[in-house]
Amino acid sequence: MRLNYTITLPIALVLAFAAIITLGSPGSEGTANKAQPKNAVENEGCLRCHGQNRYTYLNTESGDTVVKRMYQECTINRNVFYSSIHGNFKCIDCHSEDYDTFPHPGRLRMETAYTCNDCHADDPMYAKFNFEQITTDFEASVHSTKHSKEFTCWMCHNPHSYVNMARNEKDIHKTIEYSNSICLACHANKDQYQLLTNKDNPNILEKHEWLPNQASHFRSVRCIECHSAISDSTLVAHNIQTKDKAVKNCVECHSSNSRLMATLYKHEIQQQRNKAGFINSGILESSYVIGANRNYYLNILSLVIFGGTLLGIVIHTSLRILKRKKNV
Amino acid sequence: MSDRIYLYPIWIRFWHLANALFFLILIATGLSMQYAAFIRFDIAVSLHNIFGILLTVNYLFYFIGNKVSPNGKYYKTTWKGLFSRLAKQFRYYTIGIFKHEKPPFPVTKERKFNPLQQFTYIVAMYAMVPLIIITGWALLFPEVLFNKLLGITGFRINDAIHIIMGFLLSVFMLIHIYFCTIGATFTSNFKSMVNGFHETH
Repeated sequence: MRLNYTITLPIALVLAFAAIITLGSPGSEGTANKAQPKNAVENEGCLRCHGQNRYTYLNTESGDTVVKRMYQECTINRNVFYSSIHGNFKCIDCHSEDYDTFPHPGRLRMETAYTCNDCHADDPMYAKFNFEQITTDFEASVHSTKHSKEFTCWMCHNPHSYVNMARNEKDIHKTIEYSNSICLACHANKDQYQLLTNKDNPNILEKHEWLPNQASHFRSVRCIECHSAISDSTLVAHNIQTKDKAVKNCVECHSSNSRLMATLYKHEIQQQRNKAGFINSGILESSYVIGANRNYYLNILSLVIFGGTLLGIVIHTSLRILKRKKNV
Repeated sequence: MSDRIYLYPIWIRFWHLANALFFLILIATGLSMQYAAFIRFDIAVSLHNIFGILLTVNYLFYFIGNKVSPNGKYYKTTWKGLFSRLAKQFRYYTIGIFKHEKPPFPVTKERKFNPLQQFTYIVAMYAMVPLIIITGWALLFPEVLFNKLLGITGFRINDAIHIIMGFLLSVFMLIHIYFCTIGATFTSNFKSMVNGFHETH
């Protein structure tokens, strides 16, 4: 039963992620958002074709109505897009206005896509995210150093679907699932993985066999907790390390000075300081980590009881010695 | 001059020795996991799991042994007059012993434990140890119990019970070992646990 669970969990994560990123998957457009998204009407000019798996147009040469499949990369799921961090954008905020004609003009193929830093770098509005440091960390990471320039931010952060979970999601387990699904999209999917390398994709379950309670760990922490170098000035670590540098020492997390305080729970810790006497209360809210969850008052009380007992024994022993029978 | 009563049959001595050994290992590994990591964490976790299971088996041995052998009768007590018996024994340990009074409840073939001993043994062995075993097994299979049934709050309560019981039983063990020095001689009670004979004053 445990074995099945450990196998099915990552598969479930991959499927969940696939559901999120598969743009325009059949049947996924049924549930419209309650409130009309900001630029929904204007964007419909693009999404009436790019919002589905199939699009229809009139062939003006033959006069036929043609139905064609939309390329996956060019398909945008409305719900996913409008719920994403860029969901209040117009399509033409980033793409040329000239796409309003069909067939699209050939010269638009030369359009260079924006990168994250084109908007986010050196802007006081985004200073708290520290995109500059994120870029530095990413460039030092194994993703950047081992791959060509084709490994961009977009590999993990699809601009049409990305959600800022670490700062906004209250349920830490949803953040964990979302974050891990980004890694597993390639690391548990041979086809995706081999788009960038000819190497075999290592089996994640086998590689982590040494990890006790594997399923609990996979559900309770993100991959990056152990696989990236912490940067003090960014919320989420982007410097993904080679496997030999991954954290393998249990007490890095299982201690009162838990690594998790600087990683998974960093945002929560920044928002609310310890409360109710619990050391690392941020962790305690949603998880249980042996060695990291302690109660300050219980610690004091236990020391008092233990000290009192020892003192009692010392006094009792002393009195026994003092009052012992003289003839013995 | 002292008499010798055969009070501790071999199975009790075997159980007692194993219980003490397992408990010491569980205390050491438990403390290491929670506070200091003087034993490597993953080793401490494995040892704690293994000896927790062994302690359970040993406890069942003790529990069944007390059901089927006459030893169980020593744990039977009555509520009536319990408090005054406890007070009498407590007075002896805190005052009478220093005046070289006779123990109010001397050890006989029919009464292995004095009232205070009996009461703490019943609480420790029939309440605290079962609680620490049950909560320990729950922690051994967190996925089954907590994710599907009780949630994180259940996990926290379970863990708190486990740790508090572990602490109280450790304190019990400390006092228990100290009280063993109050025998016919300083070491006679320790010898009893090897040869099975209790020496009276």
